[in-house]
Amino acid sequence: MTYSLVEKKVPFTLSAATLVESRSRSSQTSWLNDFRREALSQFQSQPWPTRKTESWKYTSLAALSEESYQGEVSEIEGKDVVSSQLSFDGLEGLKLVFVDGVFNQFLSSDESALSADVSGLICQRFSELDDAAKADVQATLGQVVDSENHLFAAHNNAMLQDGLLLKVLKNTKIEKPIQVIHYSTRQTAPCLTIARLVVVVEEGAELTVVERFGSSSETQNGFVNSLTECVVGSNAQLNHYRIHLEDETAQHVGGVHVNLLANSRLNSFQAGLGSVLKRVDVVVNHIEPGAHCELSGIYLPKNKQRIDFHTDIQHRAAHCTTNEVFRGIMADEAKATFNGRIYIHPHAQQTLAELSNKNLLLSNRAEVNTKPELEIYADDVKCAHGATVSQLDGEAIAYLRSRGISREKAELMMSYGFINELVESIKIEPIKQYMTQVLDSWFGQEQ
Amino acid sequence: MLEVKDLRASIEDKEILTGFSLNIKPGEVHAIMGPNGAGKSTVGNVLSGRDAYEVTAGDIGFQGEDLLGMLPEDRAKAGLFLSFQYPVEIPGVSNMEFLKTSVDTVREHRGLPALDTVAFMKLAREKCKQVDLELSFLKRGVNEGFSGGEKKRNEMMQMLLLEPSLCILDEVDSGLDIDALQVVAKCVNSMRSPERSFLLITHYQRLLDYIVPDFVHVLAKGRIVKSGGKDLALELEEKGYGWIDGVESST
Repeated sequence: MTYSLVEKKVPFTLSAATLVESRSRSSQTSWLNDFRREALSQFQSQPWPTRKTESWKYTSLAALSEESYQGEVSEIEGKDVVSSQLSFDGLEGLKLVFVDGVFNQFLSSDESALSADVSGLICQRFSELDDAAKADVQATLGQVVDSENHLFAAHNNAMLQDGLLLKVLKNTKIEKPIQVIHYSTRQTAPCLTIARLVVVVEEGAELTVVERFGSSSETQNGFVNSLTECVVGSNAQLNHYRIHLEDETAQHVGGVHVNLLANSRLNSFQAGLGSVLKRVDVVVNHIEPGAHCELSGIYLPKNKQRIDFHTDIQHRAAHCTTNEVFRGIMADEAKATFNGRIYIHPHAQQTLAELSNKNLLLSNRAEVNTKPELEIYADDVKCAHGATVSQLDGEAIAYLRSRGISREKAELMMSYGFINELVESIKIEPIKQYMTQVLDSWFGQEQ
Repeated sequence: MLEVKDLRASIEDKEILTGFSLNIKPGEVHAIMGPNGAGKSTVGNVLSGRDAYEVTAGDIGFQGEDLLGMLPEDRAKAGLFLSFQYPVEIPGVSNMEFLKTSVDTVREHRGLPALDTVAFMKLAREKCKQVDLELSFLKRGVNEGFSGGEKKRNEMMQMLLLEPSLCILDEVDSGLDIDALQVVAKCVNSMRSPERSFLLITHYQRLLDYIVPDFVHVLAKGRIVKSGGKDLALELEEKGYGWIDGVESST
């Protein structure tokens, strides 16, 4: 198979072609060959985003297009990995760890726990699917995400090698969270890491998934493309935590795409820290009536980091609700972008949707671009959105100072509180505790 | 305790205090009354060191030190406390964390050891009871969603915890029902001592039925135009402010 790539003049796409060839030869997932080939041509037919591409206006991909990411991952046994990067103290439940995109059994829950059933749960990697699970993957893979409009989803599809299926059977509640942990290291030559997760929560079932992206503290040279697709069945519930705690040199473009069926519920929490390039797209489709989406997130870039969240909530059915809250603090010379869209389709009557985005700038050189977008094509809906960029409330600082608290400490308490309000709402105690420690260290308050 | 001499202060180039003088000795309770716009709140704000006000002339001595040379936080550490007319809401900062940080800071300044969390909780619970606030208020954001009365009780709780030597209460009675007013009065009266002084700033005489002052001053156009004992307040209640020289209109 040949590809006419030369005219694209983008090394990044060129490398995609050679890699997809080598990945097609991988026998374990040869059943994905057609999927990959189609995706590659889709990827190639889309223009490479520039500053003039509206959805990429504030996200520079300059760093990416200079590198080919053709390095081969050399596997590690996992002994060198700092364990605190891989776990949340006190959090029980299955854990699957991928290092540079490769499943690592030393760092994951042991084989017996993985294969043995938490009853009603199917947890299998794409490289070892049984026929039933393969059918599940094929029914969902690439179906939730609109890869025609998400370039890096098409890229993920094309480059897909291994992935993970999590499926909960009808009316089953999985009590303990499933942790899916991605850890990146510095490789000899820059590598591409493709992470892929498919989550299927059947009718009346409930699942909690904790996705975590971390890296070693050395200078990162790889690129991570992660994509998660979820289908939440009628009357089902998915609790989704996605926590990015990568080194500040990391480069990561990720997507979370969720379909909500009748009366289902999504509780989602996103956290973004670290990275010289981090962009996460969260797309939620209210497909059937009565679905509810609770989406919150925090982003805390400092130094010269760049963190972008793009959310797109599509109300395609009536009687659905969305409550979305994102907050960010930008320090030093950091930049962030928040683009939150809520789209109400013509027949999505009785929609209740709210979007709030608040930002705090801690330095004159920090920058945030926030763009809430509300598009309403139904006449009987209640929607509100708001975005603010501000500095700390002077009245409040004066109040704290009048009680003996220094200006510096007052500012710290208030900015901490600004983010902590969202961390406090995390329902899983070990994750809340962990995030509190992350905040303490971000604000330089390590105990 | 407090010596204010010929103080002139302005905000946005508008002079509010026009030669304000006041002397408060340890153990005394003073009340400043006056019509709207006389500059009552400015007195409290300038004493506590609010940035927005510019002091153009005069001196303030506080326990022998030059108060005007001190930052607001240092004034608080030195023992000056202002109960705000409109306490500020600070979502995200828990009342508990706020109170503990404040108490820790002030204790450190006084050379006292920091209280551990258990000891502080015990103290805070005790004070909560004293001001008649549910314990759940400790967990909420500072003043966040508190009613007017609850905010004032929270101010009183801070006063009890910080044990200041000079307490300035700016319109502490505004917006209070009679129960809350009694709670406030009880706090103040329980704290009265030969070492501690109070400055009550109020529009109405009603507060002074519950907290009986040693001295009453009438503030008009930015300075004190008349001083007297507690009976002066009653006279003002009866006759209004119009009869006093220097007060233009009665309110």
